[in-house]
Amino acid sequence: MTPRIKIIRKVSDPPVVKGFNPYGLELGNQKLEPINLFYEEYEAIRLSDYDMLNHYQASVMMGVSRPTFTRIYASALQKIAKAFVEGRQISIEGGKVYFDSDWYHCKKCGCYFNNPEKENSVINCPLCGNQQIDKFDYENNKTDTINKACYDMCICPECGFEQEHQFGQPCSTQICQKCNSFMKRKGSKNCRNFKNQ
Amino acid sequence: MKVAITSTGDSLESTIDQRFGRCAYFVIYDIESKAIEFIPNPNKDAEEGAGPASVQLVASRNVSKIVSGEFGMKIKSLLDSLKIQMIVLKEPEKKIREIIEMLNHLNLNNSKA
Repeated sequence: MTPRIKIIRKVSDPPVVKGFNPYGLELGNQKLEPINLFYEEYEAIRLSDYDMLNHYQASVMMGVSRPTFTRIYASALQKIAKAFVEGRQISIEGGKVYFDSDWYHCKKCGCYFNNPEKENSVINCPLCGNQQIDKFDYENNKTDTINKACYDMCICPECGFEQEHQFGQPCSTQICQKCNSFMKRKGSKNCRNFKNQ
Repeated sequence: MKVAITSTGDSLESTIDQRFGRCAYFVIYDIESKAIEFIPNPNKDAEEGAGPASVQLVASRNVSKIVSGEFGMKIKSLLDSLKIQMIVLKEPEKKIREIIEMLNHLNLNNSKA
């Protein structure tokens, strides 16, 4: 039986240092093996203690489940405690992670692309070489596409007036332009109780 | 540098495939040597996991960019960890020849500068 495959964890940025060195060690203690802190453990500490997120929010940021995040965090604390008490070096490397990349949009050829190498910033479109590129907010655009994809109609239960449903705005807060009563979603349970039918 | 393009057929006149995992063919184009290779996608009719399997196939050819119409939700994390760039081109009419010409043009400009 092979063990279950680990979900690859998302780390937003690599740490600014590769590790930490203790100073003022007693002689004889200096040849200890360094503690290897994984990138995902560094990220767990950063999210929950530096950004002050709770474990659930942090787990969403890293793309793992809440219990998994708590295990990563616990193991990070244990490693750091061990390094402090035994006076060992900490080296931050390894772990099953990927570094999140940003999306860009080229105005000339209309393509979208990401930049997996964070060290080099993008200047040109990788397809047409144009320099007119924008940073593209993937999350915000997502709601845009849902907005367009919603073809539901709002219907007035009093007079049967219909209008296009606006994404994110409940039908029950919309007011019918003809008879000023509250609208309902077309096709829902109570929308057919017209008075004039 | 190698670039992978998803294609609907095995000729230069075929159009770009709008899906990544279940595209008909992968075109592996080497910008330096101008070599073109068409690989039929074995995951075309896969029930599930076509995306990750296709990533494996493409990554084994050492490409550094992938041009496709759409990438699935499992792909980005894999490609980010392999440091492969994704290029999303939402133009279903675009021919493979045109994309290769664009890449050649870009390479020419870069070598001049």
